Amino acid sequence: MLEMRDLHGFYGESHVLHGVSLNVQQGEVVTLLGRNGAGKTSTMRSIMGILSKRRGSIKFQGEELIGMAQHKVPRLGIGYVPEERGIFSSLSVDENLTLPPVVKEGGMTVAQIHDLFPNLKGRGTTQGTRLSGGEQQMLAIARILRTGATLILLDEPTEGLAPVIIEQIGVAVRALKARGFTIVLVEQNFRFAATIADRHYVMEEGHVVDMIPNDQLHANMDKLHTYLGV
Amino acid sequence: MFQLLGIPPQALFGQLLLGLINGSFYALLSLGLAVIFGMLNVVNMAHGALYMVGAFVAWLLLTYVGIGYWPALVLAPLIVGALGLVLERTMLRRLYKVDHLYGLLLTFGLALIFEGAFRHQFGVSGQPYPIPDLLKGGTNLGFMFLPTYRGWVVGFSILVCGATWFAIERTKLGAYLRAATENPTLVQAFGINVPVMVSLTYGFGVALAGLAGVLAAPIYQVNPLMGANLIIVVFAVVVIGGMGSILGAIVTGLGLGLLEGVTKVFYPEASNIVVFVIMAVVLMIKPAGLFGREK
Amino acid sequence: MTTRSPTQTQAGLRLRAASGAATHTALLMGGGLLVAVIAPFLLYPVFLMKVLCFALFACAFNLLIGFAGLMSFGHAAFFGSAAYVTAHAAKVWALPPELAILAGTASAAVLGLAFGALAIRRQGIYFAMITLALSQMVFFLALQLPFTHGEDGIQAVPRGTLFGLFDLTDSMTMYYSVLAIFVAGFALVWRTVHSPFGQVLKAIRENEPRAISLGYRTERYKLVAFVLSASLAGMAGATKALVFQLASLTDVTWQMSGEVVLMTLLGGMGTLFGPVVGAALVVTLESYLAATSLPVPVVIGCIFVVCVLVFRKGIVGEIKHWFENRSK
Repeated sequence: MLEMRDLHGFYGESHVLHGVSLNVQQGEVVTLLGRNGAGKTSTMRSIMGILSKRRGSIKFQGEELIGMAQHKVPRLGIGYVPEERGIFSSLSVDENLTLPPVVKEGGMTVAQIHDLFPNLKGRGTTQGTRLSGGEQQMLAIARILRTGATLILLDEPTEGLAPVIIEQIGVAVRALKARGFTIVLVEQNFRFAATIADRHYVMEEGHVVDMIPNDQLHANMDKLHTYLGV
Repeated sequence: MFQLLGIPPQALFGQLLLGLINGSFYALLSLGLAVIFGMLNVVNMAHGALYMVGAFVAWLLLTYVGIGYWPALVLAPLIVGALGLVLERTMLRRLYKVDHLYGLLLTFGLALIFEGAFRHQFGVSGQPYPIPDLLKGGTNLGFMFLPTYRGWVVGFSILVCGATWFAIERTKLGAYLRAATENPTLVQAFGINVPVMVSLTYGFGVALAGLAGVLAAPIYQVNPLMGANLIIVVFAVVVIGGMGSILGAIVTGLGLGLLEGVTKVFYPEASNIVVFVIMAVVLMIKPAGLFGREK
Repeated sequence: MTTRSPTQTQAGLRLRAASGAATHTALLMGGGLLVAVIAPFLLYPVFLMKVLCFALFACAFNLLIGFAGLMSFGHAAFFGSAAYVTAHAAKVWALPPELAILAGTASAAVLGLAFGALAIRRQGIYFAMITLALSQMVFFLALQLPFTHGEDGIQAVPRGTLFGLFDLTDSMTMYYSVLAIFVAGFALVWRTVHSPFGQVLKAIRENEPRAISLGYRTERYKLVAFVLSASLAGMAGATKALVFQLASLTDVTWQMSGEVVLMTLLGGMGTLFGPVVGAALVVTLESYLAATSLPVPVVIGCIFVVCVLVFRKGIVGEIKHWFENRSK
């Protein structure tokens, strides 16, 4: 579904991605693991075209994304939940929720979204950034689900959240997987990643150094510890 | 007849009306400036020149094509808006990645070009523009005489400001605008064509200036320099109100216009500078402006 | 040893480059001064004096934008008000020229203190708008106050006798006096930029929060820079009032503020010689255009647009950039 070949990316003069290659099958949940600065977020941003100086190839359902106008990428059915969540403070919760345009059929209805994230129910007129951190994260995920996107890019959804909230997010992500969404997840918290992912890509210094299927995670624990430096 | 602090009420209300009319123009212009600034981070120094262009378009349409006030009220803003689109697409766009001051300098250059070209072509003396038949005459309200056209300008400006406020704060399109003002990258990542939105925002903002120009044409004479000094007062209005708020731009514009009117009655010498004095005071007390948020 | 040597070479290179640049600067200054001394024998002294006055004005403006990162769009207020005060002092109070210029400069300094204290409360675009609005207030005052004589301005200002020795009605004497004033002003700017104070200003320009965290009271530095810049702009305006024997509304308009921005931008913001080059070009261009039927503001506006779009470093900036690239 998503296929990346020898992707190089640049912020101005500085070369941040050095030949990333990976692929994601339909319906899979795949994580990108790695230390800070390994290039996980940059990989996500280069899919969306936010990191625009790119070389190599990114194909989504056979279509090349490099060279495509930035606003057309999400319209293919790719939803992006950024690390900083990006809840708009000048918009109410409802406005935030309905902001991203519906790009494909088959998106979830607001009622279905409220079932998945009960915290968002009845908060429609609240200013978006008045929600708690966990609720903002839910809102950031929720607003993508309406759009009919089939591939979801989740950048560190658990960062800075309390364990009980992380659990709730985990439930939601599993529910999404059950619904057939394909998910690429950037995570530092690989315990969380292990509970939901099918495969893990490990990144170091701007490229993929290893791929570990989730069922072999335990066998590779030592290796992983070295990679992540924990 | 009663008197107020020795001022005959006719004079007082007359000046208040004049202040309210000026305030309407301040509001329309500062509203456009605020919308443009929010989205583009550009202080549009050409705003006054484009207000003048709006008035001239109306005058040219009438003089050379025979198109009257009512069609001009729609056509002139559209033409000015289209001009804005061209300016944004060809020039302003190149400056978003450098210091925001360059946007100010570029639009200053554009203001010089527009004002210089119109002055070269039409001279400095004003061209009269007739009040449309429908709005001629006036009403005696008992305490003052209200010329119909002036009442129309105030009413219509407030209506346009209100509609703009509603469109930005209460509609889906406005939500896009607010979101893109806050975080254009993310809005783009949702599949919205932000560069087009930016162009349209600039076009809309200057169209408001063009509209103000048409409204002003029958009151003031159509003059190449009509916007040159006005725009600086509007800058002061914007500093006083704070750039953050749409409602702030409208309320501050109208309020300061009224205040100027009152000053004209009680201490006419200071009427030109009262807005600047208020600006200085506001800066001392609340540097972000009355409705602004400190960044 | 092996790890240290490359840094040493680099440092050595940098040192040599720096001393090379200093020699260049000294050479340029000497050459420029020589040209300025000979110039009145070849060109109209009044024209040259105009260039010098505007060059000083632009240097004053450049001190703020180029070295403190503060873009004032209201410098005409200092230029023009000093011109009025000097003209009034020379004509009505019959002060000698040195005191008249001093009075003008001092008034600009006071005005600069007041405006600066207000304007430095905001940064960037707001700073520009605030200075613009405040200077417009000065314009309206100049229009209305009795001593400025409204639309007429103060005309037929006597040039007087400098220090009771030099008769300034002689245009050569006037020229060399103006040159002396310019050199003094330029030297002051040069000294300021290369002083520890100038270093702090540059640090503030680059990263104000960091300068604050290092313990600098940045507001004070900015205010001092503002007052200094305003005073020098005032000195330029005061001198101009004596040269042309006129102080008028033109000197306090916001178009004048814009003009000094253009001179600096065209010559090169943040370079020492840029404003001088820019002022010379703009003044030359304007006097050339005055003889043609071309509308001056349109041409000036076009130069503005072109500079901003494709030529942001300015002439001196581009030359410097070219040399730096070549020496790499």
